[in-house]
Amino acid sequence: MNNEYIIEMLNITKEFPGIRANDNVTLQLKKGEIHALLGENGAGKSTLMSILFGLYQPTSGIIKKNGVEVKINNPNDANALNIGMVHQHFKLVECFTVLENIILGVEPTAAGPFLSTKDARAKVMDLSQKYGLSVNPDALISDITVGMQQRTEILKMLYRDNDILIFDEPTAVLTPQEIEELMKIMKNLAKEGKSILFITHKLNEIMEVSDRCTILRKGKYMGTVDIANTNKEELSRLMVGRDVKFEVDKDEAKPKESVLKIKNMTVPSKVHKNNAVKNVSFNVRAGEIVCIAGIDGNGQTEFVHALTGLEKMSEGHIEFKGVDISHSSIRERSKSGMSHIPEDRHKHGLVLDYTLEQNMVLQRYWEPQFQKAGFIKNGAVRDYALKLIDQYDVRSGQGPVTTVRSMSGGNQQKAIIAREIDKDPDLLVAVQPTRGLDVGAIEYIHKQLVAQRDKGKAVLLVSLELEEVMNVSDRILVMYEGELVGQLDPKQITVQELGLYMAGAKRDEVPAEV
Amino acid sequence: MLLLIKYTLLYGIVLMLVALGGMFSERSGVINLALEGIMSVGALAGVLTLCILPQGMAPGLVVLISIVVSAVAGLVYSLLLGFSAITLKADQTIGGTALNMMATALAVVIVKVFNGSASAKLNYSNNAFLIDIPVGDDKLTINVFLFIGLIILLLAFLFLYKTKWGLRLRSCGEHPQAADSVGINVYRWRYIGVMFSGLLGGIGGFAYVIPSVSTWNFEVGVTGFGFLALAVMIFGQWKPINIFGAAMFFAVFKSLANIADSTFLAGLGLSKNVYDMMPFIASMIILVLFSKNSRAPKAEGIPYDKGKR
Repeated sequence: MNNEYIIEMLNITKEFPGIRANDNVTLQLKKGEIHALLGENGAGKSTLMSILFGLYQPTSGIIKKNGVEVKINNPNDANALNIGMVHQHFKLVECFTVLENIILGVEPTAAGPFLSTKDARAKVMDLSQKYGLSVNPDALISDITVGMQQRTEILKMLYRDNDILIFDEPTAVLTPQEIEELMKIMKNLAKEGKSILFITHKLNEIMEVSDRCTILRKGKYMGTVDIANTNKEELSRLMVGRDVKFEVDKDEAKPKESVLKIKNMTVPSKVHKNNAVKNVSFNVRAGEIVCIAGIDGNGQTEFVHALTGLEKMSEGHIEFKGVDISHSSIRERSKSGMSHIPEDRHKHGLVLDYTLEQNMVLQRYWEPQFQKAGFIKNGAVRDYALKLIDQYDVRSGQGPVTTVRSMSGGNQQKAIIAREIDKDPDLLVAVQPTRGLDVGAIEYIHKQLVAQRDKGKAVLLVSLELEEVMNVSDRILVMYEGELVGQLDPKQITVQELGLYMAGAKRDEVPAEV
Repeated sequence: MLLLIKYTLLYGIVLMLVALGGMFSERSGVINLALEGIMSVGALAGVLTLCILPQGMAPGLVVLISIVVSAVAGLVYSLLLGFSAITLKADQTIGGTALNMMATALAVVIVKVFNGSASAKLNYSNNAFLIDIPVGDDKLTINVFLFIGLIILLLAFLFLYKTKWGLRLRSCGEHPQAADSVGINVYRWRYIGVMFSGLLGGIGGFAYVIPSVSTWNFEVGVTGFGFLALAVMIFGQWKPINIFGAAMFFAVFKSLANIADSTFLAGLGLSKNVYDMMPFIASMIILVLFSKNSRAPKAEGIPYDKGKR
């Protein structure tokens, strides 16, 4: 019997109605290794891990632990086999303390059902020391940083004595410094004999931390490689099926006059008493891509809402093409030449239960070309939608009459981009335009942004992805706790340095005008 | 003054019991708008039991049996809400509203059949439930529900905050996916939450009808007390001790109506209807003021679906 592997998932197939999420996939995890699971969005990574964690049952295929076949029908079974998982969206109860979250489900009790946390607390503190996972056990989850929340999740697994640890895209929410720390923690855990499965689509991290890597593409098993004998290019070819350019092709920016001037913008927060955006001033010129970088939740969302008119500022002015639009409505701003690719495409970008063609004219249905005396000219809308679908390669089941909800995320995003760019805006505000999209779609969107710039338009990009920030932008502004703390040139700084600004460890004065 | 205390304690305990019931349901993640209906059913079951039990039975036994029956009836009725909201994943607001409408109708039909006439009224004796405490020359009448209520308040507090069960129940109302991922059966805990609300709602309904009068017209249900209890629960921020305070606060307003024509209030020359409206007006004002900062369980009202992530 071959006991080299602690967990084996052999020939796993999982079918959902109309889709085969995993097609004859095999994954073998050695004891004490860090094994990466690589694939684009929708490649079936999460489905595979959900099967291992007992959230789904495979249609066919078997799972073995230490060479013995096991059935995992629910997370309890997984836990009994010492399999633990840090989910991409943390499974933490916000109004509970760190300690309460760790013990939830396996609560230590003294008399009958009454909780007794003394021993649990000691065990958690021991683990936290041993693996360098510093947490405050009595802090509420809602009060602590994302990094500490993640450490809580890891402690949750260790507290249950799990020795097979699944990390589902653990770095998506972290700063570069936190990522480095996590890598250290993961190596530490592996050294102590824990076996780690690490789901990601970030090649750099795989190269840095893992021993072996299994690649999935569109649900199919593409192979397992030793990281020591491979490189980024090979991995990405296996993942996407073709060569992918990591660099964005673009010439030097040729900025012209300022299109957008923001002066002393302050926006109150909806969740806490402080201001979300504090006294922000800068300008954006035609023919350049300015990127606002920062960790999620540092005021970017509120800033964009105030800029596009979704929220009110408490102080400050916005000047757009020489006109003060501080108090203009959303439609006035849109009409005057501002386009907005929103952060949350489902909430602010699309009406999900409308058809694609209806979504295409959401901001323009009142124009004479689309309506007469209040009645929509359906023919004109259809023609316009067909034109955009063709031009921007928006793929969907039934063309212009497809319900947008049924479309894939990438194509939903393409539809928004088509609509926003076709308005021929003077300023394109793009907020995390590539969030959740795969490499191919990201490439496409970056090209579109650069094309806008080269047409002499102003582009304001808000992004959390460091690679995107470094690759696409001509000028970087870092936002930290609602303030601009640095203006940087992407050609002259390193990712590490950018990370320091994002974490608030470093700051400069930011000039209000360039 | 004694009269005011008497009615405040009476109504306050009722509101607290029912609001605690609502709290358990909502903390587990199920909005319980059916409290009004559950109270009606509990009251009906308890009163019918009183009418059916033989005359010579020991008073203590009568009290015990009728309360248990009202609690069980409320529990059974609440299972309908649980079934629609948890198993069928139906809209909880609509389910609760439907149960409210059905409860009054059900009560009227049953009472009319029981009476064999067109009257929906039942007469009963409530002596076994009342206890007189002499105060000076006067006496303060309290009822057994005061003691039951205080014990339940203590138990509710201990259950919710000091046991592993409470931790699990609360996690289901805040983040059911998190609960599920650590092996907690969300469906089971939501049923438990709803059943607690049925149990307490049933007793509460009975406690509302019994001590103050000896005849009840089931056509009026429980006169909006279930909804008032919802307001108490929100004002009490889904916390047992706060709910107790909120219940007493509302009870003072409600009691004013009962003592309006026998005390100094009569001298003010206001219509009794003004006092009758008081608790409802107070609840409107309080909900407007407090609902903005309310700390409701995050996942309440959203049916939990294991398949969705």
